[in-house]
Amino acid sequence: MDMHRRNVLRGAGAAGAIVAAAAAGLVKPGVAFAAPPNKAAAEAKSTADAMKALGVSGAAETKDIVIKAPDIAENGAVVPIEIESKIPNTESIAVFVDKNPFPYVGTFDVSKGGVPFVALRVKVGESSPVRVVAMAGGKPYTTAKEVKVTIGGCGG
Amino acid sequence: MADPMRIRATLQGDVADVRVLMSHPMETGQRKDASGNVVPLHFIHSITAQLNGKTVFEASTTQAISRNPVFAFKVKGAKAGDKLSITWEDNKGDKRTDEITLGG
Repeated sequence: MDMHRRNVLRGAGAAGAIVAAAAAGLVKPGVAFAAPPNKAAAEAKSTADAMKALGVSGAAETKDIVIKAPDIAENGAVVPIEIESKIPNTESIAVFVDKNPFPYVGTFDVSKGGVPFVALRVKVGESSPVRVVAMAGGKPYTTAKEVKVTIGGCGG
Repeated sequence: MADPMRIRATLQGDVADVRVLMSHPMETGQRKDASGNVVPLHFIHSITAQLNGKTVFEASTTQAISRNPVFAFKVKGAKAGDKLSITWEDNKGDKRTDEITLGG
């Protein structure tokens, strides 16, 4: 299951030596690591619920986020996606695949690198819009692009 | 310990264009193996990139990322000789860090 830093710190003894060892690695001084995804968002079964869990509901539709993705993906297990935000002060980019069993794909913090760009490969279970939410100046903006899938990416 | 990542970075002015390939099964928890048992969830949940020890890119990811994940991102203010390290950690506590030196 998910290992949460806080839980690990609190109950390392109960959770066993292996987990404790991992925790020791986690809290190395001076090295900050990215947090695991928001659990409620990761377990949400709809994009709306996941967005609510992330606090980005009610995002404004925009044309200033460019999603490059194939119109038709032959293999849903590997769908390359490129996202570029043209909104000034874009801080983070969150990705959802609406019709996946768990739509939330991830959040990418681009505020420190200074370039609001990320490329990744996602699984798309069936033809679905790929939705992107960008946070800029504390406000969410969203856009989506439909990807058609001929072979599913989830399950075997 | 998992296999090493393959990291490639090209400098365009002061912007480093970074691509990274990680070796990871990224199990969704929905797939069944040959004998019909569900393969448990196993996925990279966090990624951090650091340039000379300073965090420049962070990601929280779920099982919806494809197997053997590939990511690309850009880092401003990079120059030849800078050290770029990338760390991932998965939901089983496994982690891996690899480092490269940016070329000219």
